[in-house]
This record gives sequence, structure tokens and C-alpha cells, in this order.
Amino acid sequence: MNKKCLFSILLLLLAVLLSACATQNSVIPANFAKPVKHYPQYQLHEKTLANGLKIIVKEDHRAPVVVSQIWYRVGSSYEANGLTGLSHVLEHMMFKGTENLGPNEFSKIIAANGGRENAFTGRDYTAYFQTMERNRFPVSFRLEADRMRNLVLDAEEFAKEIKVVMEERRMRTEDNPQRLTFEQFNAAAYVNSPYNIPVIGWMQDLESMSIEDLQTWYEYWYAPNNATLVVAGDVTPEEIFAEAEKHFASIKPTRVPVPKPQKEIAQIGERRIMVKAPAQVPYLIMGYKVPTIINAKEKWEPYALDVLASVLDGGSSARFSEELIRVKQVATSVGAGYDAFTPRQEIYTFSGTPAQGKTVQELEAAIKEELEKLKNKPVTAKELSRVKAQTVAGKVYQKDSVFYSAMTIGMLETIGINWQLGEEYENNIKKVTAAQVQEVAKRYFIDDTLTVAVLDPQEITQSRVSNVGGGRHAR
Amino acid sequence: MRASFFIVLMVAVINLAFAAPDIQTWKTSNGAKVLFVKAHELPMVDIRVVFDAGAARDISNSAVALMTNGMMPEGAGEFNANELASRFEGVGAGFGNSSHRDMSVFSLRSLTDKEWLDLAIDTFAIILSKPTFPQEAFDREIKRLLVGLEQKKQSPDAISSENMYKAVFAGHPYASLPEGTAESVKKLSVKDLKAFYKKYMVGKNAVVSIVGDVTTEQAKSISEKVVGGLPAGAKAADLPAVKALSKAEMIKIDFPSSQTKILIAQPGMRRGDPDYFPLFVGNHVLGGSGLVSILSDEIREKRGLSYSSYSYFSPMRVAGPFILGLGTKNESSKEALQVMKTTLKNFIEQGVSEAQLKAAKQNLTGGFALQLASNKKIVNNLSAIGFYELPLNYLDQYISNVEAVTVEQVRDAFKRRIHPDKMATVIVGGEQAQEVSSN
Repeated sequence: MNKKCLFSILLLLLAVLLSACATQNSVIPANFAKPVKHYPQYQLHEKTLANGLKIIVKEDHRAPVVVSQIWYRVGSSYEANGLTGLSHVLEHMMFKGTENLGPNEFSKIIAANGGRENAFTGRDYTAYFQTMERNRFPVSFRLEADRMRNLVLDAEEFAKEIKVVMEERRMRTEDNPQRLTFEQFNAAAYVNSPYNIPVIGWMQDLESMSIEDLQTWYEYWYAPNNATLVVAGDVTPEEIFAEAEKHFASIKPTRVPVPKPQKEIAQIGERRIMVKAPAQVPYLIMGYKVPTIINAKEKWEPYALDVLASVLDGGSSARFSEELIRVKQVATSVGAGYDAFTPRQEIYTFSGTPAQGKTVQELEAAIKEELEKLKNKPVTAKELSRVKAQTVAGKVYQKDSVFYSAMTIGMLETIGINWQLGEEYENNIKKVTAAQVQEVAKRYFIDDTLTVAVLDPQEITQSRVSNVGGGRHAR
Repeated sequence: MRASFFIVLMVAVINLAFAAPDIQTWKTSNGAKVLFVKAHELPMVDIRVVFDAGAARDISNSAVALMTNGMMPEGAGEFNANELASRFEGVGAGFGNSSHRDMSVFSLRSLTDKEWLDLAIDTFAIILSKPTFPQEAFDREIKRLLVGLEQKKQSPDAISSENMYKAVFAGHPYASLPEGTAESVKKLSVKDLKAFYKKYMVGKNAVVSIVGDVTTEQAKSISEKVVGGLPAGAKAADLPAVKALSKAEMIKIDFPSSQTKILIAQPGMRRGDPDYFPLFVGNHVLGGSGLVSILSDEIREKRGLSYSSYSYFSPMRVAGPFILGLGTKNESSKEALQVMKTTLKNFIEQGVSEAQLKAAKQNLTGGFALQLASNKKIVNNLSAIGFYELPLNYLDQYISNVEAVTVEQVRDAFKRRIHPDKMATVIVGGEQAQEVSSN
């Protein structure tokens, strides 16, 4: 069985590889280098090394700390069916040693330097970060440069770590009825877009994953020309560029595969699913297909959709809290979710739990009624002014977190959007009109692109056994 | 050897260069303690008001503390919930409230633009000093709380935590559940909330923390505006001391999950405890430093048994819990429990090595600047210092207090304070209870 699996995996990998070789983009330019550019109005500086590594420095001198994040253009949306979860498992294995370091030694060195570190994997990126006292950033660069090319994927370490990831999946998804419902909602809402697979991977794929799969994945994506280094904090661009050059410049660029488009096919009718799981409280998720910053036909659309989300769910004075929780008392909790900054078609979600004595059907009807109101009548000037005030304030508040500032920059760059668009976000929100909000509601909240998932609670039988003075059962 | 000594010296030098923020303090006219740190870099201000009015002030499991806190922004002065929220949100201000075992917390973040800040502070003050507790909102919030209680029943984490508190703090106010029980919550009335509010939301029972781009004079005026409208009242009575457990207890709860959640716990320590630093630094080695701790090494790195395994002290007004915890697939729960117990037992017998202690100190002192790197983190620290009556130079002394901990102090403190044969073990998961009944 193992052999057969491996064979089909190899075929799949071959397919990706072939697609890579067939495109022009995969030819390595002789020199990626771009000179230092300064953007004083944002306290931001960028430079690209000859091997393609882009470095962005954001100055923030409030506290003597530095955040260093390295972002790779790979995530679950790069994965093929049967190989789901690879990017995330690889992220775990990146802590398991290199030609120069033993397993977990990376973390021990960062800890000894007073640092906090971790990593995260999303649909479109994998990122690693360290937060440290400002003088320690060379430690972080040295270690990240090392594991960008010298990772050692050890069979024994992998055998343990894959178990850890399965535990993570059990904890996050299997034993959490709402998360489980969301995972199945995604799988139903997307047919051929790779957004239909969970970032952590399907359990079956984790069970059949091999170290060879990981090795291939690592060699594909972990290269300077597929990465962005973002450094924010009490540092100067000169010292960061010089130190980065020292550690990263010698790493050779590689041919990075170009993913197939896998654009989601048009949805031509409503989809409904039920998820039966042990639970006490029902849960509703409904979502419509919408464009994002990258694929919107008209540039203002995603901003109008963002404003719309705030009109409905931007605080306790917003429509959902007022109408659905306080006035109609149809929801215990209810929210709207939309990520304008994704490279692929996105789903605009509404989710919530019904109020005591109300059903998910009543909640769904009440949400749809709010959407109809948005289609039929422009939002008020007061609402627009509230959303804009929140956006202006939010931009200031965001600066209180150096980590978050760095994260916004890294995420945008990694999904192929210039970071300046993030800095311009506030201005683009300010330009949104009531007519535009009404227009996107009419264009996109249509039943034919709707997917609805309902958590149908199955009884939990609990029994409790207490054994005072014991402990014998542990033996 | 020499090289590592040099590193330690470097750490010390670097940290000397980093000064903790300058904390100013005063009392409002009605006796509320105020702590203020000026931070002029961003045009914003954070204000946090904490009352000694958490669930520990309610031993009837009625959620009166939580409901009082939650109902205050539901109506105050002449305004209803929507009007109050509009006043904040219309000027981009963020209002937050939450209720815990010790604390009832209200927070405000606003830009310092005068017109906007004045409106936000005025609204904040009305919520704190003139709540009206409307009956209709109360009925609705009770229903929402009851749904929340149902939701807790589908979470192995919530079930294990609740049972742990009940077992470790039996007979003490800390055993009371912040969200209450469905039975007691149904008996709660607006009258109870008003009485609770009147008794505990008073000047002498409040601590106000302010961090942001305002002058000392402005901060004084803000503190007076925010809580000055409350009667002075009296400070909440001292909580009874927490009694040590007299014997081990094992609680197993059968639950249809794929993982088993295991907690092992006992009373730990209070804020300002004389053993605070030896226990805190020692636990950093045992299970408080993430992937590099002993517990994570045994459970995750060596055996792949769990994604998350940890130990921590939760220091509170009086002794909060000391907890070891993890989640593992049902089939490996026995093995995981055994490793947890052995790890703890060995740690108490052997204590920490010089090398382990050094690594922990490097991490804690080298990372100290990170704890104060944002206004939000500073205001959190001010609240803890003010509420738990820690010395005002707590942050200045933090590094030297950590550095002063010795191998002997850690061993001695853990031996005296942690008793593996008298801890409560809570196990929530599949196939567990069956094993007990068949044993």
C-alpha cells in the first residue's frame, strides 16, 4: 500500500514540476538585485539581493526590540489532493535540525537570547518569526539563513513530529464542532480552487505523508527568490541590509515552480450541507463568492465590501448587534468575515449561533433580511462616518504592535501585492461611497453563489467518575 | 565555559541600558489608585479600570459578577446600549469589558484628538458611574449566557478547566464558576446586579491605569472624570487563604472526543508570594518556556504525544492554581499521564541544574524588553502592579529578582510547595471512564 501511495504522489509531484519547467517565469534571471529604496513617509526601506531575497525594514524606535519575519510563498493552496498539509508539516520540521544544528536547537538558541519565536502557515504563505531585544537580530538571520537551505529531514524526527501534527489537528478541528463545520463548509463551497483544502491537511494525507514528500516540497519552495525578509523595530536599514547580505547572499536561487491557475469554476446554484457532530448548540455558516484586491474588476469593490462588513459587524453599534442580537433577539452571536487581501477568489461569510428558542433557519432568514436592506437602501452617512473613524483610529492603534505592522507587510508581499497598498488602505476606505456599498451588495449577495453549512448537534453523553485518594489508575 | 560567562555579562550590560517606564501614581478624590505612564510616540491613550469584583465575590455560582460587568454598557445615564456603543465607535474608540475570578475589567482606547477623546471619556464615565441595568436587556443577556453555558458543554477544554477549579478550590470562592450554572443563573435578578454594583464598583475598590500621549495634568483630570463619579465606598474584604489539598483526587469524565484532555493541579501561589521568583523561574524550566521546557521535551519532542503540553502558575489575589496540562489522542492518554507524573516527580526530587537555570534566566531577562514593547503591554503591567499591590519598582527590580534565584531556592521552593501525591487530576475524553469502571 505504501508503495502504491508513493507512486501516485510521485506522479503528482512530477505534474507540478512539469508545469514549472514549461513556464518562462521559472528561468532564473542572472541577477535579481534591486538597489535600496527609501520611503521616509512610511519609515520603510527595501532592497533585493542578487539572489532574489527581498528585504523590507520598518523603523519603529519606541522600544529596544526587533521583530524578524521570513515569509515563503508556499501554503496549503499550493498543495495537491493527497498531499494536503505538506506546507504546515514542513513548517514543523523546520525546527528539527540542519546540517549545523540538532533537533530543537534553533529554539534553544533563540530562547537563550531572550527571544520569542514561532511560525505559522496559511493558505498562501508560510512564515517564521523571532521577536528579540534589538541587538540580537544577527542571531535570527544566521539561523534563518541556515535552515533556508541546510535543513536535515530525519526519518525518526519526522515519525514523532507527524504524530504531533495529528494531535494538533485533533485539538483544533476534530474535537471542535464549529471548526469542523467550517472545514466542511470550505470543502463544499470551493470545487476546484485549492482553498477547498484545510491548511492543516486531511488526516488521511497526514497518515500517508512521507519524508520524501517533504524533501521535495522543501527543495521547491525554500529559496531566497521565493522569500521576503521583513524586519521591524528599533533598527536602521543600513545595519539590517549589511547583516542580511552577510548571511543570505551566498544562498543560490532556484527554479521555483509556478502553480497552475486553478481558478474556482463559476458557482451556478446554491449549495447546502449538514454537519452532524457531538455538540450542544447549533451553528450556521453561509458564504457568497466575492472578488478580492487581486481579482476585482473594479478596484473599489473590495474596499466597499470591507466597509459593508463594518456596517454589519463593526462593533456593538453595528447592525448585527443592534438588529439581530438586541432587537429581534434571533442570534446569540453573529458575525461577518471577509479577507480582501487574498490572491484567489474569496468567500464572504456570515456565521453565528441562534438565540435560545430560535432556529438556524430563523437566523439565516434574519441575516438575509439585513442583506436585502443593504441592497435596497444606501447605508446612512452616520454609518459611513463611523466606519471611517474606526479605520482612521485603527491605523494608529495598529502601530502599537510592531509585530502586526511587520505581519501586514510580509503578508501582502507574499501574496503578490506591494506593501504600499496596505499603507494606502485607509485612504481607499475613505473614498468608499454609500452607493458603492449598495452596489456590491446587489452584485455579490445572490443565491446562486451561496453555500450554507449547518452544524446539527448530536447528543453528548457525559459520565463522571471521581476517585478520591486514588491515583492507582494512572499506573 | 568562558564564552558563556561572557554572554551572561553581555546580557547584564544590555539590560542595564534598558529602563523600565517611569510610573506616576496618585489617588482620586474618592480613593481610587491611579498609575500613569506617559507615552508620547502615538496620538492615542489606553485607560483601564479594574475593580476587585470578580467571580470570587460571588459564591453562589449565579454569575452575578459577570452579569454586572456585562450589563453596564447595556444602558447608562440617558443612553441605551446602541447609543453608548455609537458614541465610542463614532469616534473610533474601542471599549472593552470582561470579568474574571479576581477582577472586573473595563478598558478604553481612544485617539487623543480632543473632541474625540472627551466624548469617549465622558461615555466611559457614564458607563462606570450611572449604569441603569434595564430589565429587557437583562432578560436577553441571561438567555445569551445560558446558550454560552450550553456551548461550554461541547468543549473538552472548558469541561476540564471547570472541574479542575472545583477540585482544587473546593470550599473557597475560587471554586465558583465565573459563568455560573444554569440553575443558579436562572434565579438571578436585576436587584442582585444593582446590589453587587453598589457594593463593589466604588472608588476605594478601583485601580485606574493610564498609558498614552497625555500630560500628567490631563491624566489626573481623566482619572477624576472616569471614576470620580463613584462613591468612595470600601475596599473589598480580604479573600480567605486557599487550603492545601489533603489527598490526591482523580476525576474522569467520559466525553466523545478524539483527544483526552489531562490537567494535574493544586493550589499554587499568590501575587507577591515570597516564593514567587523561585517558583516562577523554576516553572519556566519545567513547563513554562514552550518547546524548550522539560515537559514539552518529554511529551512532544521525545514521544510525539501532544501538540501542546505546559505547566504554569496562575498567581492571583490569593493562591491561584499550579497546573500541568496537555491533550493527547485517547489511546495514548495513559502513557501521557504517566510521563507527566514522572516528569513532575523527577523535577521536584532533582530540581534544576545550573545550566537549566542559566538558560531560563537568559530567556527571561533577555526578553524583558519585549514585555514592555507596546502601550497595551505597559497598561497590562500597570493594572497588575496596582491591583495586586506590587511595589512600584516591580519592573525595575524584575531582572535582578530573576537573576538572584539560585538552584537551591528552586529546589527548596518546589519541595515545600508542590506535592505530587496530593494533586487533583482531571481527565476528559473518550474511552477513559470505561477504563475506570472496568478496573
